[in-house]
Amino acid sequence: MGKIVLEGVEKSFGNVNVISDVDLTVEDGSFVVFVGPSGCGKSTLLRLIAGLEDVTAGKILIDGIDVVDTPPAKRGLSMVFQSYALYPHMSVRKNIGFGLRMAGRPKGEIEQKVNAAAATLNLTPFLDRRPGQLSGGQRQRVAIGRAIVREPKAFLFDEPLSNLDAALRVQMRLEIAKLQDTLATTAIYVTHDQVEAMTMADRIVVLNAGRIEQVGSPLELYNRPANLFVAGFIGSPKMNFVGGPAAAKWDVATVGVRPEHITASRDGGTWSGTVSVAEHVGSDTFLYVSVDQIGDVTVRAVGELGAKPGDRIHLTPDPDRIHRFDANGKAIRP
Amino acid sequence: MARRVSTTRKLAVTAAAWIIGFLIFFPILWMIVTSFKTELDAFSTPPKFLFFDWTLENYTVVQERSDYLRHAMNSIVLSVGSTLVGLLVGIPAAWAMAFAPTKRTRDTLLWMLSTKMMPPVGVLVPIYLLFRDGGLLDSRAGLIFILFMANLPIIIWMLYTYFKEIPKDILEASRMDGATTAKEVIFVLAPMAVPGIASTILLNVILAWNEAFWTLNLTTVDAAPLTMFIASYSSPEGLFWAKLSAASTLAIAPILVLGWFSQKQLVRGLTFGAVK
Repeated sequence: MGKIVLEGVEKSFGNVNVISDVDLTVEDGSFVVFVGPSGCGKSTLLRLIAGLEDVTAGKILIDGIDVVDTPPAKRGLSMVFQSYALYPHMSVRKNIGFGLRMAGRPKGEIEQKVNAAAATLNLTPFLDRRPGQLSGGQRQRVAIGRAIVREPKAFLFDEPLSNLDAALRVQMRLEIAKLQDTLATTAIYVTHDQVEAMTMADRIVVLNAGRIEQVGSPLELYNRPANLFVAGFIGSPKMNFVGGPAAAKWDVATVGVRPEHITASRDGGTWSGTVSVAEHVGSDTFLYVSVDQIGDVTVRAVGELGAKPGDRIHLTPDPDRIHRFDANGKAIRP
Repeated sequence: MARRVSTTRKLAVTAAAWIIGFLIFFPILWMIVTSFKTELDAFSTPPKFLFFDWTLENYTVVQERSDYLRHAMNSIVLSVGSTLVGLLVGIPAAWAMAFAPTKRTRDTLLWMLSTKMMPPVGVLVPIYLLFRDGGLLDSRAGLIFILFMANLPIIIWMLYTYFKEIPKDILEASRMDGATTAKEVIFVLAPMAVPGIASTILLNVILAWNEAFWTLNLTTVDAAPLTMFIASYSSPEGLFWAKLSAASTLAIAPILVLGWFSQKQLVRGLTFGAVK
């Protein structure tokens, strides 16, 4: 079991409010990702749940019990740090078994559980090495091994992949997702990378300036962003926003349309402009178009258009995929 | 090395280093040499450097006249004892300052250091009276306490700078792994800080070993360490340079040997953890 509920959680350092009035429910067994720009408080929120920081106000309930005054050691959670935070003076075996040793479990049980975890993570040949003799990916596995061996109520991941190279990151991302699925343990995962968030999460929590902007499944956030911030943060390349007279056509302050929901053509369309940059990434071509009276708009075009910088081009947003926002940035839904 | 160093320059630097090293070492060398002279040779002008009648007489006399071993034992008990008590207090204190600092931590550290800037003689009378009334004069316990207090700021400062180099994440990881604060310090922090703790121990043993003000003023016989042993040879009945030198040589010999074998640790200790 591992249901985590936050009620009115606040955190301030001195006069600075880092987390304001956060309410959130993380269901047992779900994979929840906190995502947001740097400084949005996502790591702080995770550390509050872990108990590494004290809340200023509010409640944190784990399986119905308020743990705000419980030290991290007693909360039954385990955490994977960005820096891995392995114990450099211990072998991999001891690193993984440390939590069980602290819990005073018998030697035989520790041995057996460590071996099992090592087998799951392909670490068996490295059990007697020190962390210093391992590669980045292996260290990350040890950190994960240390987390799973204690059979915690929930895993907390604090940007665990940001120190890995791009290829390894994709691979570890899959492994973590698979592992969590197999163990069916609640996981809270912090990242600033929205691709990680979109691919791994059951539910995404978008944070900005210490507040929750929106909570939802990846596709919900993509299809129905609650406001300008979420609309701009989720999706890559980011959504185009058009304001002023061009938006008046839809009777709103701002309209947003994703690059993949705009059709580019040479013959005619709603908007016209000049291509300033064309990026060919193989499967797609991204055109950065300077549209008359509107400004820069990013478009995903299918390969055969062959537009070059300087070409005149016409753009038509898909009317069904236009997002409309009021003057406060809130989404207006029909 | 990106910079090319010419051979002449290298030679000059090496020569300078040797000369400075020799100048610093000279008093100790002179003391050792003098300890093998007769009292007459020890006084002679011009001083005799190597060509005199080498004799062990001073050492025999010093052995007969006073109890070297008892003083040495006191020195060991006082220096090791005060350092161990210092670690017991210093490790938790440095842990708190390095990993759970408050707004005032910096001030506290500076204030502690400032106590080292006060001349000890300024508090001699009150401390002496407290020791007299508490029956602590000439007791090992009393001396361990005063030496521990005198060196505690240095112990905490050194440990603090070492602990600062240890990533906070690792301690937090141990907390997440279920370690209590005590276990965190014993199983994670201390093993990672072994080099720092070792040089702290070393430096403080040496400081306590050489401490002369309090040991001379607060002991007479029972708890008197080697500093007292040396002082007893600069007596009113006349200066006996050769015997004084012999006593001093005997007093510094153990610590000199210890220092020689642990130079590396010591250098790191003296730079207060500033160099990796």
